[in-house]
Amino acid sequence: MHATTREITMQREPPGRSLDVQQIRQDFPILRQKIHGKPLIYLDNAATSQKPQAVLDTIQHFYTTDCSNIHRGVHQLSERATAAYEAAREKVRRFLNAAEAREIIFVRGTTEAINLVAYTFGRERLRPGDEILITAMEHHSNIVPWQILCERGATLRVAPINDAGELLLDEFERLLTSRVKLVCVAHVSNALGTVNPVREIIRMSHRNGIPVLIDGAQAVPHMKVDVRELDCDFYAFSGHKVYGPTGIGVLYGKAELLESMPPFHGGGDMISSVTFEKTIYNVLPYKFEGGTPHIAGTLGLGAALDYITGIGMDRIAEHEHALLEYGTQALSGIPGVRLIGTAREKAGVLSFVLEGVHPHDVGTILDQEGIAVRTGHHCAQPVMERFGVPATTRASLGLYNTREEIDALVAGICKVKEMFA
Amino acid sequence: MPDLRDLYQEVVIDHSKRPRNFHKLEGANHTAQGYNPLCGDKVTVYVKLDGNRLQDISFEGSGCAISTASASIMTETVKGKTAEEAQALFESFHDLVTTGSVSRRDAPPLGKLEVFSKVSDYPVRVKCATLVWHTLRSALSGRDTVVSTE
Repeated sequence: MHATTREITMQREPPGRSLDVQQIRQDFPILRQKIHGKPLIYLDNAATSQKPQAVLDTIQHFYTTDCSNIHRGVHQLSERATAAYEAAREKVRRFLNAAEAREIIFVRGTTEAINLVAYTFGRERLRPGDEILITAMEHHSNIVPWQILCERGATLRVAPINDAGELLLDEFERLLTSRVKLVCVAHVSNALGTVNPVREIIRMSHRNGIPVLIDGAQAVPHMKVDVRELDCDFYAFSGHKVYGPTGIGVLYGKAELLESMPPFHGGGDMISSVTFEKTIYNVLPYKFEGGTPHIAGTLGLGAALDYITGIGMDRIAEHEHALLEYGTQALSGIPGVRLIGTAREKAGVLSFVLEGVHPHDVGTILDQEGIAVRTGHHCAQPVMERFGVPATTRASLGLYNTREEIDALVAGICKVKEMFA
Repeated sequence: MPDLRDLYQEVVIDHSKRPRNFHKLEGANHTAQGYNPLCGDKVTVYVKLDGNRLQDISFEGSGCAISTASASIMTETVKGKTAEEAQALFESFHDLVTTGSVSRRDAPPLGKLEVFSKVSDYPVRVKCATLVWHTLRSALSGRDTVVSTE
């Protein structure tokens, strides 16, 4: 799979041209500031990413020149806004290589995308005794919606992971019984950085006739995703983790599945006719987009996808992978540091604990150095429990991060050790 | 720019590494649990109340240096005091960690608790310092609930 993707992408981009990180940093105005008198080192990209000027300009442009509601007015502004909104949908379609634009549903984020599937597909298809299969490395947003759904009688099953943070594929396959009606798996773990073998997972599940939802929140910023190549049934991601605005995200679903599902939010724009006796729902994708959407956010997301595809997903992946390897080496070399999540296939995340120091204290001290990291359970409490730690410190990478920033992180950790010596 | 050493004073580091009264208390007649979902800090406070006096007190749990040291120094400070005295100390301590000083005129002397005065420079860390105090108050009030900072 990777070979084919790479070959195709290589034709588009000149080979051998690596990403110019200093040039890229110029595109992100927020990175110019100082924190506690030191240059901001932003290593919390798995929580949210920063926004390039192109995204900020797009949002500003919408509100200053095109602001209007969509799919409603016959006036010029509404026409412009509608065209821009639908153009953004087409950008997402191309980005994911979906077959049709109507398979792209705009939502608030990954959480809403997963809830949409739980409340429509899940409620309609799952009966008492049925099962939903997830993994032990899921974010709370790919656990809790299913637990809520399971209050109606279905059971949530969890495929275990090993000490490196890798899914035990044999165990996963053993749990794929005829009772399982839906498989929901993170493409990349937010707490560990593990890249799951989603293609294999999808193939195994489909062999048993089971549809698969992929939580792609942590994958989309770091690698090329092709939903048709994966053959996933649903794919969810958030705009704000991929250099777009907050409050906008995407649910991709295969058209035939989406067609068969009841609507999620009732309201304007999701209907084709309403009387007090009977309402006829709108066609895809509007059936799932009740109410005025986050138009500016959608355009901002389109701009973000333009921005990263302009750089090239392969070059981003290459840059981040080199940085991840550099960071893994550097952190492993600090006595007392234990990396949590050492899967062979990883993306973007360096999660660790420092012997004798709580992550919260690490975070406070690093902040004084201008370094932004996340400390805590990363909305993945079962993962923390699996590794026997209450919390970790997580440095997560983006396309604008540099080796010098990793060096600063290492120096910061040494300061923490001094403080607690 | 605040100096980190003011937050992480030697006393704080010492108590976080070797917390005092850090065990389950046999014969405790009041207990409560505290939880900070933000950072996952968990603490259980055990009190042996004799009439109105905290004859003995201990704690267990896991947390950051600030929360562990705060719990350790709290148990040292309130041991032997009455429930009302402990409550008055909490009010002063709360003032200290939120504003950096104690404004009340009739406030009891805080003693070693003064080491937490710079917590007020780090607003997100205030809950780390106060969690155990909220938990103590809950234990003394006899409410059998889990205290949460959120």
